[in-house]
This record gives sequence, C-alpha cells and structure tokens, in this order.
Amino acid sequence: MAMTMTQKILAAHSGLENVKAGELILADLDLVLGNDITSPVAIKEFAKLNKDSVFDRNKVTMVMDHFAPNKDIKAAEQCKLCRNFCEEKEVAHFYDVGEMGIEHALLPEKGLVTAGNVVIGADSHTCTYGALGAFSTGVGSTDMACGMAIGKAWFKVPSAIKFELKGSLRKYVSGKDVILHIIGMIGVDGALYKSMEFTGEGLASLSMADRLCISNMAIEAGAKNGIFEVDSTTLDYIREHGGKEPVIYKADPDAEYDKVITIDLSEIEPTVAFPHLPENAKTFSEIEDIKIDQVVIGSCTNGRLEDLIAAAEIMKGHKVAKNVRTIIIPATQQIYLDAMEMGLLKTFIECGAVVSTPTCGPCLGGHMGILAAGEKAVTTTNRNFVGRMGHTDSEVYLASPATAAASAITGKITSPWEVMGK
Amino acid sequence: MKYTGNIIKYGDNVDTDVIIPARYLNTSDHAELASHCMEDIDKTFVSRVKSGDIITAGWNFGCGSSREHAPIAIKASGISLVIAKSFARIFYRNSINIGLAIVECPEAVDGISEGDKVEADLDNGIIRNLTTGKEFRTAPFPEFVQKIIENGGLMQSIAKGVIR
Repeated sequence: MAMTMTQKILAAHSGLENVKAGELILADLDLVLGNDITSPVAIKEFAKLNKDSVFDRNKVTMVMDHFAPNKDIKAAEQCKLCRNFCEEKEVAHFYDVGEMGIEHALLPEKGLVTAGNVVIGADSHTCTYGALGAFSTGVGSTDMACGMAIGKAWFKVPSAIKFELKGSLRKYVSGKDVILHIIGMIGVDGALYKSMEFTGEGLASLSMADRLCISNMAIEAGAKNGIFEVDSTTLDYIREHGGKEPVIYKADPDAEYDKVITIDLSEIEPTVAFPHLPENAKTFSEIEDIKIDQVVIGSCTNGRLEDLIAAAEIMKGHKVAKNVRTIIIPATQQIYLDAMEMGLLKTFIECGAVVSTPTCGPCLGGHMGILAAGEKAVTTTNRNFVGRMGHTDSEVYLASPATAAASAITGKITSPWEVMGK
Repeated sequence: MKYTGNIIKYGDNVDTDVIIPARYLNTSDHAELASHCMEDIDKTFVSRVKSGDIITAGWNFGCGSSREHAPIAIKASGISLVIAKSFARIFYRNSINIGLAIVECPEAVDGISEGDKVEADLDNGIIRNLTTGKEFRTAPFPEFVQKIIENGGLMQSIAKGVIR
C-alpha cells in the first residue's frame, strides 16, 4: 500500500512492512529529548520503574534552556535534578549553561538528528527536526520517561496534508512568513493529528534556517509533525554538522493525502500573526499603525544565524526607537560566537538593543523580557496566546526577524519592505 | 468507568499556557500546580472547582505547549473528566498517559451548559445530561489506548509488562 514520508519512517521503525493512517504502533526511537521544565516530571516517572539505566545512554539528551541560566531557586532545583540524573545514568548528551543552546537549534547543530530518524521530545516544538527529513514530534513527560526506559513510543499513524511549494521567496521574506501564511490559511487545528509534508520544486530555494522555522511551527497548526523531502541542501547540512548517515524516505507517488495545497513562495508577503492565536495572520495592507514596547529576536523558531543576519542588515546604522526594548537572543553558543565574529553583535548593541545568552526566556513568559499590562511586543517567537510573554493584558505579535528588526527601529509594527524597499 | 459531576464550561482553543501559565512551571508539585490551574482564563476556577467536577470545552482543547503540567494540574484540582469537541494531540496523549479521563463528543459539548449535572459512562460510550435528560453517544477508545487506561497509565503499563 502506498505510504507518505512519515508513514514510511514509522513503518521502518516499528518492524512493519506497511502502516496505514489510524493504526496504533510502537516505534523504536533514535533520540529522546527533554528540557529543564519537562525532564523533572519525566525523571520522577522514570523512578517508578526502578531501572538502573536508560535504554541507550547515547540516545537520550537533556537541554537546560527554558529557565536557564536559572531564573530563581525553584528553577535551579529543577536543573540540578536533571544534572544529577544525567550524571548518575551517564546520559551522553547533557547540555548545561556554557554548552547549551535552545534545544531545537542545538540538536541539529550538534549533528544529533539525521534524515530518517524517529525522535520524540518533551517539548512541543520537537517537530522542528522534520526539516532534516526525520519524523520528530512533541510528547509529554511520561512519554519521555517511557522513551528513556524502553526506547519506544506509541503513535497513531497520521494521515497527511501535502504542501506543494513552487517559486521562490522575495527579498526580506522568509520561512516565518511562509508558516504564518499557512497557519492563517488552515487554522490552529487545520492539521490536527496529521503530518504536514513539504515538497515541490520550490524547496530548492529554501535555506535550512527557513525549513527549520517552518517545521518548528507545524505544531501551531495542530500537526503531529512537519517534514521536508530530503534534497542536497538537507544532505549538505547534515554532513557539515557531523550528523549520522541519513536514510532518505520519499513518499510513494500514489500516496494518499487528506488535502494537497500548492503554495507559490513568490506570492508570500511579510506576515504578522495578531493576538491571541497564531492563525490571526495579516499582511501589511491590513495592518494599521500599532505602537510597540518590545521586540524579541530569538527562540527555537528564529534564533539562528541567518535570522540574526537578516535583522542586522535592517538595523545597521539605525537606532532602535525610543522606549522599544529590543532583545536579541542567539539560540546557541555557536551562533553567538559566529554573530560576534561577523560583527552582528556590535551592530545590535550600537543600535541600542541588548544581546542575551541563549535561553527560551521571554518566549514563554519565563524571564529576560516579560511584558507589563497593556504592553505590545513584536517577536520572532511562536505563540501569542493570552499571557504568553507576561501579563494577561499584554499582546504578542508574531513576525519574521526582518519584520521585527524593521519594527524595532520605527517603534511600530513595520514591514521590512517599508524600511528597505522590495 | 463512570463519572458524575457538575459542569465547568470553556470555549475553543483553550491552550496549555492558560491552563497552567509558564511562570509556575518552576515546580512539578501537583498540589502547587493545581492551585494555579486555569488562572489566566478563569480566576474563579480554583475557588469553585469541586472534586468530581467535569470540564467541557470546544475544539482543540489543550493546544500549544507539551507541558504535562497541564493535565496534571487539571487532575490534581479534582476534575474527573474533560469532554471536548476535540483535543490537541499532545494534551490527548498526555491525559491518557497520566490517567486523566478525557472524551471527544461535539454533540455533548453543545448539549451541556455550565452547572449542569452530567453522568458519563465511558465503557458503554454514553454521556447523560442529568439536568436536562438529554443523552449523547461517544466512540470507544481504540483497544491499545484502552489497555493503557485500564492499567492506570503508561508507566504502570510498562511496569506490568503490558507494553515493552
């Protein structure tokens, strides 16, 4: 029977020749991930099994990124619990302050995920690695505990929506605009329980940073995973980052899809998702003057080097608008270092922005940039729910790094095209 | 399994950030999480919820973050069952894994109001609104999921060797 990319990976990992949508399977895992918020719950669950070790010390990773560097005593206790567990169980990939980055930027950079893998993470944005041609999905802490114990997870085999990409993106338009456009089109539950599979001749024009950003926000459409067909860009990336041997799964030509949606990349415009759902996507012809108080450029969605380059190009030689706190968060230590060597950090600081150590911090209203009542922020993060970045009366507008940078210098939500031309 | 309780009703797209805001995720203590449950969408929830109460909600309940703290907070606050038109997928599997009873039934959600008394018999797939006398049918869980629930959750299923 014909299968999608996702179905083929799941079949191969559950010892089955064929799987079909709706079937419940137990799949073997190539990597199990947790962070400083979700791992403590998983560690407590794991303890119930009285096991001396995890199923494979090389296939478990914990990244201290959400409330790290520790924002308070309770956060410090949670990181300590993770640190002690990883030391005791000899978990090979434990990333603490100094080595850590935001998990979904860090793992691909460290070569821990390759094409054809099955990855679960106790973090909803684990779907990011679909950009590498892996099946990866967010789960809860108990699933993580189960994964650490037996190296397996249960899944309902998903059906899929196919996105056929064509054309190429215009200047100052990026993967973020594409995914906000798509979520605006299908809604926050438009892909509920399903795979989003990206393919088509338009793939060739998308960088890995664009693809990682698009896969990252598949969950914001309710999807189980968002996976890209593997091409030379993927293979080059995996090779450059020392990833394991990729296994390429292509969808069968006669695979069944719930829907096929064609996206012409050349028609995508700078897009902003208004409060309080990522599906409230608007382009600038529909946006009036909205004064802002804060800009955040970072997160697992948009804290990569390409994102910082895009922001710096727009901000260079300008000052951020009076009273707009502009916070730049390189997603990993390597990105921080690269940005420093390229002079991007100098550009940001001279503009009046601050540059933070890698952390998820403000994205989830943790620390490093919390909003007061009535405040508005343009951010490159992934969620704009009520209270997501602070007070329940604050507002988060989701946008690309280019739009966030343009907004930082004008003090209102601004298209990069307005500042830089088309 | 049978659940009887009074209804606390919410709308569509209730996300895990409002079920348990991230500012409280520096702990995994169940009682402490329960003390902030629903805080950003309904400040009265914690003071009015009674043991056995049932939540009904619209589409895509539990969307957003994978935090298992969300179903933990709901369960620890005394809620016995959540009936929604649909659940976001991570919340759905987390609830099954930790043993929080959930069921999808759009008709029931439309036919039940805040404060109604409801009885749900999930084994036989029947939800009864005891206040209005209306009855609704639900689909049973797949066998595999039923097995996890019957064994008291995912970790218990592994401990008993039901899943390996």
